Amino acid sequence: MERLLIANRGEIAVRVIRAARELGLETVLAASEPDADSYAASLADDVRVIGPAPAAKSYLDGAAVLAAAEAAGCDALHPGYGFLSENARFARSVLDAGITWVGPSPEAIELMGNKSRARQAAEDAGVPTLPGSDGALDPDVDTLPIAREIGYPLVVKASAGGGGRGIRLVTQEEDLVQTLDVARAEAQAAFGDPAVYLEQFVSRARHVEVQILGDGDRVIHLGDRDCSLQRRQQKIIEEAPAPLLPDAVRDTIRASSIELGRQCNYSGLGTVEFLYDPDREQAAFIEMNTRLQVEHPVTEMVTGLDLVREQLLVASTGTLRLHQEDIVFRGHAFEFRINAEDPTQGFMPSPGTLARLDWPGGPGVRIDAGVVAGSAVAPFYDSLLAKLVVWDENRTEAITRSARALAEVRIEGVKTTLPLLSTVLHRPEVRDVTHHSKFIETTPDLLGADA
Amino acid sequence: MADIVSPLPGIFYRKPGPDKDPYANEGDAIEAGQTIGVVEIMKQFSEIRSDVAGTLESFAVEDSGTVNPGDVIATVSEG
Repeated sequence: MERLLIANRGEIAVRVIRAARELGLETVLAASEPDADSYAASLADDVRVIGPAPAAKSYLDGAAVLAAAEAAGCDALHPGYGFLSENARFARSVLDAGITWVGPSPEAIELMGNKSRARQAAEDAGVPTLPGSDGALDPDVDTLPIAREIGYPLVVKASAGGGGRGIRLVTQEEDLVQTLDVARAEAQAAFGDPAVYLEQFVSRARHVEVQILGDGDRVIHLGDRDCSLQRRQQKIIEEAPAPLLPDAVRDTIRASSIELGRQCNYSGLGTVEFLYDPDREQAAFIEMNTRLQVEHPVTEMVTGLDLVREQLLVASTGTLRLHQEDIVFRGHAFEFRINAEDPTQGFMPSPGTLARLDWPGGPGVRIDAGVVAGSAVAPFYDSLLAKLVVWDENRTEAITRSARALAEVRIEGVKTTLPLLSTVLHRPEVRDVTHHSKFIETTPDLLGADA
Repeated sequence: MADIVSPLPGIFYRKPGPDKDPYANEGDAIEAGQTIGVVEIMKQFSEIRSDVAGTLESFAVEDSGTVNPGDVIATVSEG
């Protein structure tokens, strides 16, 4: 592996360029026209323009991305997260072109992309799952007895959905048939696949996940994270390790995530997501993401590893150089996603030019940014500007240090979610770990945070 | 004649999805409040509606074209 194409933008493109450079790889950035002079572009050895602003015509255009990789003489491709990172067909086309795909096999991406098949694979691997239907529902079979056995409330989920999309709640039996019809039509329209399945609904759960790393033969875990602080199914604050998780639950989710990885000969980085019900002290599988995650830095802070470096090494050598006993956890880390959105206007995106950008510093403070002062924040893409990542010896100290670091940030030119991040961090529910994945949305005074 | 302008920057789409029919076509009779397209800004979609009833005369922006706040998207002849 000598020349790597980065098929992404913003902070994750910068992150991958940094890891690649440390390994001595040449970096080629695939960029849309407005991103041709971005911060990531200034760091890359070479920039190839793949199309105009709309992502559908640039970052999501697999043929254009692949053509750029071939024209630039790249022998490897890193998809980052989002865009084409979980597109099995694209991964296959990269491999067919003789280019190393920095990610798991297309078969693993396909399996985990189908949520009902993924759930079945998780069950087969001994991963705890919520009561639900065995795979996708047969439209010609009476669903009422199946639903009765699961119990209400339950959720109808699109097999091809994921990331919080394609989910509908059913609280009583008389609503089931109609909801199934609507959910199937929606799934067909949104994902091109009408298949749906049923799962028990957990109302107050935390979102915990396990980071795994494999080479198609051996699989290890790199610990767990808690990503319960979300808004509209989008994580905004994450931490590692997951706090107040009983040892038995932590051991179960870690061991069963490794087993799931082993069963699908998993190679590279992957994340197994769980719902954790604190009342019952039980965790259950939701889905597996077959890519690098936005929140990977909190795992890096508590393990001392560079996950993108390991990802690139596994892809280039085919062998995992780490063993489970090499992984040592120390301290506690938080990540805060800083988005260009206006908290006072219902989080309306706030594009513009960054007139001022002052980042915090000091021990245990890290910034993963896709922008610098003077950068234009275009209206075309995700609003994530940067991630503030903070480490300290324990959770209490990490919260104190995070508050100090957040207070040092100065951003002018666009509105940001900083006020919300500070407000949430100071809530007693977060300090006492009594929060849950709907906490922000069900706490109105959080959303009125003054910018 | 009434101009329908974009309140925000982003990408203008005439259809709700790639393989869907357009919200409205040139020459269509439209009602006040009717959606004629959406503008996407940072993965959030905002519907663009006509304030007046009448005939949709023309689009000033192509499908998937870039718009800025205040740009005319379409023109409606009232009545």
